[in-house]
Amino acid sequence: MYRLKRQFLAGPYLLWVAGFILLPLAFILYYAFTTDGGGFTLSQITAIADPVHVKSLLLSLKLGFFCTVVCLLLAYPLCLILSRFHFRHQSFVVFLFILPMWMNFMLRILAWRLLLSNSGLINSLFELVGIGRVKMLNTQLSVVFGMVYDFLPFMVLPIYNSMARINKDVVEAAKDLGANSLTVLVKIVIPLTLSGIISGIIMVFVPALTSFVISDLLGGGKVLLIGNVIEQEFMQGMNWHLGSGLSVVLMVFVIASMALLNIFDKDGGGAAVW
Amino acid sequence: MSKKLINFVNITKAFGDNVVLDDLNLYIRENEFITLLGPSGCGKTTTLRILGGFETPDRGQVIFDGKDITALPPNERNLNTVFQKYALFPHMSIAENIAFGLKIKKKSKEYIDDKIRYALKLVNLDGFERRSVDSLSGGQQQRIAIARAIVNEPKVLLLDEPLGALDLKLRQDMQYELIRLKNELGITFVYVTHDQEEALTMSDTIVVMNQGYIQQIGTPEMIYNEPVNAFVADFIGDSNIIDGVMVKDRVVSILGTKIPCVDEGFGCNRPVDVVIRPEDVEIVKPEDGFMEGDITSVIFKGVHYEIEILANGFEWLVHTTQLYTVGAHVGIYVIPFNIQIMNKPESEDEEAVETDL
Repeated sequence: MYRLKRQFLAGPYLLWVAGFILLPLAFILYYAFTTDGGGFTLSQITAIADPVHVKSLLLSLKLGFFCTVVCLLLAYPLCLILSRFHFRHQSFVVFLFILPMWMNFMLRILAWRLLLSNSGLINSLFELVGIGRVKMLNTQLSVVFGMVYDFLPFMVLPIYNSMARINKDVVEAAKDLGANSLTVLVKIVIPLTLSGIISGIIMVFVPALTSFVISDLLGGGKVLLIGNVIEQEFMQGMNWHLGSGLSVVLMVFVIASMALLNIFDKDGGGAAVW
Repeated sequence: MSKKLINFVNITKAFGDNVVLDDLNLYIRENEFITLLGPSGCGKTTTLRILGGFETPDRGQVIFDGKDITALPPNERNLNTVFQKYALFPHMSIAENIAFGLKIKKKSKEYIDDKIRYALKLVNLDGFERRSVDSLSGGQQQRIAIARAIVNEPKVLLLDEPLGALDLKLRQDMQYELIRLKNELGITFVYVTHDQEEALTMSDTIVVMNQGYIQQIGTPEMIYNEPVNAFVADFIGDSNIIDGVMVKDRVVSILGTKIPCVDEGFGCNRPVDVVIRPEDVEIVKPEDGFMEGDITSVIFKGVHYEIEILANGFEWLVHTTQLYTVGAHVGIYVIPFNIQIMNKPESEDEEAVETDL
């Protein structure tokens, strides 16, 4: 009886899952495999082979990849420094890196749009020091920049957490056995933070791959990611069938990339994001 | 006597305002089993960490085999450490753990495999190569930690309370293991513990420390039988510590009674501490002792009874194999040789402390 009562506590969440996740997913799947008339078809799925869609998907993969690499290269050394030096306000410094997450996502991106524009603050500074104005907005670079800015905390948090869990004794034991700092990093610290790295990669790569708002605002319609294509099919083309078909393909790519990464994660720490 | 291998010269170390070691001088001989013994916060672990290279002293030098190694990082020192919490690498197999130091030294695969087999045999864990760290018990993990350290053939093995996390029976077994290992390897062991029984069982030399100062250095017998001050007497085993006055050579007055002893040279009417071990107190007929008292408690401890006798206002602790009843009126006698006279402490570091360890 007690068990049953406890299970009821999951009720509101289950309703939420059913109404707002499973049901929409069923709709997407239905639209993806049907025509306007309601007949079964695979053409919405195979539409990904259309050169325009292939180009967008490849661009999404490319920018998502670069965004993830840059985030990793920024976050890992930062976490090393944060976890190694035990200064007094360590958690406050971590908090500073998380702080942007508390501001509205759209607001942050719009702010960068103003900063990066041809007549923006950064270009004015460039002109002042004699570099001249550089076209930064509406390029692939500005889109990657926006993604990195937005998703960096998702890389920092899991890596920092896994690094904070490393027992100080283990690092000292490695040094004691003759390991220099580089060997300690390669043989001890990186393997022990692998699950954090994988969590971070998934948490950055997946939203970067499916992003469309950042490319819209910082790419100015010139950087067409697969997310933008899907959005246009739904909102402008009103072609829900094609939009759903492309969404399903994108979902397959997301699941495949997560499964691929999970192979490297032996101790299963990264499975938390599944 | 073998040569002095390690020399601590005027070592001072403070963490913030807290002075942990104050002008410490200590030498360690080759092939010696030396134990740093003391209560928490006495500086024993800091001393070991300075020797291991994990802490740098604020002042002073560490001389190892004639060379100053004070500023040398841990990975360049010819010694290895066994940590209290084992500190095995959780992402490696047992064999990989043991091979870690040898791979860094770029030894051949045959040499490493040989060494792993030899080390596992030495710690009685043959055939554990493929096992994972998680599958081992605490005692087994500690043996692997020892194996991982000794395959590197260090001149000195540092052990930081390595048995602290094990249960009593296992701890006793491991004490004999460590003595055997030390004899087979023929290297120097520097051992840190707060457990006086561990120290007495295993050591060639015990260094008793308190509040950053060395209280006494000596063999286990010397430390136990001739403690230099009340702190050492109280920390090493149970003892009766009584305020006394040295009336003249060979006569001391305690609790209003003059009794003979064997100590000389304290002068006349000098206040002293008198230490009498509980097993040295003899319970005799009231008229035969130098003091009379009543038994207030009797506790069975296995090997002996622990008896408390209230006599002349002092609660005497007595260990005896004879059973007495509570309330009995008895006499107390101690042969002169077993009465230990010590000068009163000059600083509070040397005073007896409560040791609930």
